[in-house]
Amino acid sequence: MKVKVIVTLKNGVLDPQGKAIQQTLNGMTFDNVSEVRQGKYFDIELNENDEGKAKSQVEDMCKKLLANLVIENYKIL
Amino acid sequence: MKSSVIIFPGSNCDRDMDVALKKFGFKNQMVWHNDAEIPKSDLIVLPGGFSYGDYLRCGSIAGKSRIIKSVIDFANSGGLVLGICNGFQILTETGLLPGILQQNKYLNFICKNVFVKIKNKENKYFKNIKKEVLELHIAHNEGNYFCSNDELQSIEDNGQIAVTYCDDKGNDDENNNPNGAIKNIAGIFNKNKNILGMMPHPERMIDPFLSGEDGSLIFENLIGSM
Repeated sequence: MKVKVIVTLKNGVLDPQGKAIQQTLNGMTFDNVSEVRQGKYFDIELNENDEGKAKSQVEDMCKKLLANLVIENYKIL
Repeated sequence: MKSSVIIFPGSNCDRDMDVALKKFGFKNQMVWHNDAEIPKSDLIVLPGGFSYGDYLRCGSIAGKSRIIKSVIDFANSGGLVLGICNGFQILTETGLLPGILQQNKYLNFICKNVFVKIKNKENKYFKNIKKEVLELHIAHNEGNYFCSNDELQSIEDNGQIAVTYCDDKGNDDENNNPNGAIKNIAGIFNKNKNILGMMPHPERMIDPFLSGEDGSLIFENLIGSM
């Protein structure tokens, strides 16, 4: 089965890329954009049919590799 | 004294480090990331570069490579581990050092000489260095040190700040912060001070004709204190 994960920066952590994107959007006439936060998206294909097992495995992957919990949060979709 | 420099796919300061270590008397060996064990060493160096193309997060993939388990065991048993630039990023990703190195505040790759102030000399890396301020070279895109407030408090309380960015007089204020690093941090120790991670490259400052020799002071001191 396929599991989807989104990794985002925690609130308060500086995101210079998000800031640059926001300023560019503002310059492109999207002047109502007040903030952009950039994140990462993962599509993970597992040889596992049990949804609960798959998600708990992906949770482990998030903690150990996909996200750095010092600055990032993860969300399994 | 024996040292080992670990080579990851994408390391590019490994040979400079090899030259520097040998110049100051280390018997250095190069160790491939996919080896299971590190030969007997007094010092392990994780060199600069772009291990695994900086995929996912700088240092994150190298932090899970086959050789890393031996590095962690060696570090936890009190062995000296020095991580420069990407090596520093790898050390934070393994959890051997607290915090993380984020992208530079102004999104630019910085390649220039900087001054750093030595904040703690009670360790084998800086013990007998007479200078307080060293001129070293930085070259990085992700050198913006960050950690939580609690972690920062604990780092400060334990004297874990190793070097901070400053001017030639040693003023380590915001005006002399090239990348946005919290408290101008350029390098930190673990609690026991046997692990040091720093963004500046001492191995690029060992030649009086090409650069300067402030990097030499660190290598001379290291071999002298072992």
